[in-house]
Amino acid sequence: MKIKIEGLNHIYNPGNPFEIKALDDVNLEIDKGEFVGLIGHTGSGKSTLIQHLNGLLKATSGKIFIGDTEITKKDVKLKSVRQKVGLVFQYPEHQLFEETVYKDIAFGPKNLGLSEEEVDKRIKESMELVGLNFTEVKDRSPFELSGGQRRRVAIAGVLAMKPDILILDEPTAGLDPKGRDEILGQIKHLYDKYNITIILVSHSMEDIAKLVNRLIVMHKGKVNMEGNPRDIFKRVDELERIGLGIPQITYLMRELRNRGKDVKDDVLTVDEAKIELLKYLRSNDNA
Amino acid sequence: MLKNITIGQYFPGKTIIHKLDPRIKILITLLFIFSLFFIDSFTPYLFVVAFILTSVGLSKVPLKFILKGLKPLLIIIMITFLINAILTPGEVLYRLGPVKITIEGLRQATFMALRLIFLIVGTSLLTLTTSPISLTDGIEKLLNPFKRIGLPAHELAMMMTIALRFIPTLLEETDKIMKAQMARGADFESGNIMNRAKSLVPLLVPLFISAFRRADELAMAMEARCYRGGDNRTRMKELSLEIRDYLALGISFVLLGIIILFRYFI
Repeated sequence: MKIKIEGLNHIYNPGNPFEIKALDDVNLEIDKGEFVGLIGHTGSGKSTLIQHLNGLLKATSGKIFIGDTEITKKDVKLKSVRQKVGLVFQYPEHQLFEETVYKDIAFGPKNLGLSEEEVDKRIKESMELVGLNFTEVKDRSPFELSGGQRRRVAIAGVLAMKPDILILDEPTAGLDPKGRDEILGQIKHLYDKYNITIILVSHSMEDIAKLVNRLIVMHKGKVNMEGNPRDIFKRVDELERIGLGIPQITYLMRELRNRGKDVKDDVLTVDEAKIELLKYLRSNDNA
Repeated sequence: MLKNITIGQYFPGKTIIHKLDPRIKILITLLFIFSLFFIDSFTPYLFVVAFILTSVGLSKVPLKFILKGLKPLLIIIMITFLINAILTPGEVLYRLGPVKITIEGLRQATFMALRLIFLIVGTSLLTLTTSPISLTDGIEKLLNPFKRIGLPAHELAMMMTIALRFIPTLLEETDKIMKAQMARGADFESGNIMNRAKSLVPLLVPLFISAFRRADELAMAMEARCYRGGDNRTRMKELSLEIRDYLALGISFVLLGIIILFRYFI
């Protein structure tokens, strides 16, 4: 399902001294099956933008299309929009409320009015997707799980609604490196397996760089840059000016290149850099 | 929905009303409430209106903003009006079955409704022009004399500061959790009362959990910084009275004087 945003504006508290223009003429298109990274500094408008995509916030002006439906129209059925566009908030574990993991994940699909069997099937599927053992965890209280596990339960709760578009707002915030890698790995796996559209919001370039196939950089409510991560990372100076950086390893390779070594400077991961460096060392007689 | 309650919402500014000492502002508000209940005819209301309009004008808070604060209380005002209009005995103006509206009733109803409106506008002007922090500061200072009879003034003020401080945080949290559940298909707006009450569970449980978590964290943070209430605490901003404070207090006393004059001598 394709997302199309035309001239979207959003103003918080219009007409009072706390007025803030959070989105300023945003125009975007995201195709079906894309894995998009939405990056920007705190207050750049990225959270505001994603809340428009499932109708939680109403645009001050502008249009949004999800597939063929214009969701900014008045009479649109928000429930069906919210089924199609799954939104996982920051710290989603704070929304858990049921006595058992099973019941909590069932909340979303039940709201869609699905049958018991279908709900049951979806809970099993989504728990498996996020790497939770169904028989072990389903009857436990979500509040006695570890932070990382709770977050998985919350993500499973959204996945169980089988959205066509999945939006995750900082899914790794506050997790340790292991938990972070696991969650990101599962998101990647989900993308590869079902080929749904994924929008990953983050302010960490390291997380995003190796996953996404397109980057959208936001600054002060506007889309500042968009394109493939390798191209975006070439514009380091611009990124630094708006308070963002590029992955450490990309910095390293750029520095080597600046010092006259003949290596590619658009690498994104340590593995790529290793191959590149080995190639360089072997080809020259520098070793 | 949660955003149009003005009481407890600070409207930042640098006007003379904003700059008045919070103690004085609290005293003036008390005097004002006191005066309102002394009024028993319509004429003194003119002075009250003049007093309110001058204060609002000086504070530069848009009138629209203040009137918006009346909205949530409109129902109470209307009920007061109706009860007074119907239940006051006197010359019957209009009759509908057993219900009759009297001339005295209408007069009394208008009178009471006006009193309520002035009461709300006057008190919300206090919270609109005084930041919560200086408000509790003022309350603490005003309660200080009662410490001798065992009133924990500092603790009360601290509790109020914390409560006020967390109102916006909890509102934000409510908004966030509501959105998260709505993203999972929850519906807070339709259905009958039973269904609506039930639909609040996914909102209230996480909200309580987070409130307790926050309270715990705050207590820990205060403890870690060796917080001990009350004695020997110094403050960054000491309150001090200026000429304008005495002047404002004087004007309020004049208002009270005029009203007492009307009540007993005119």
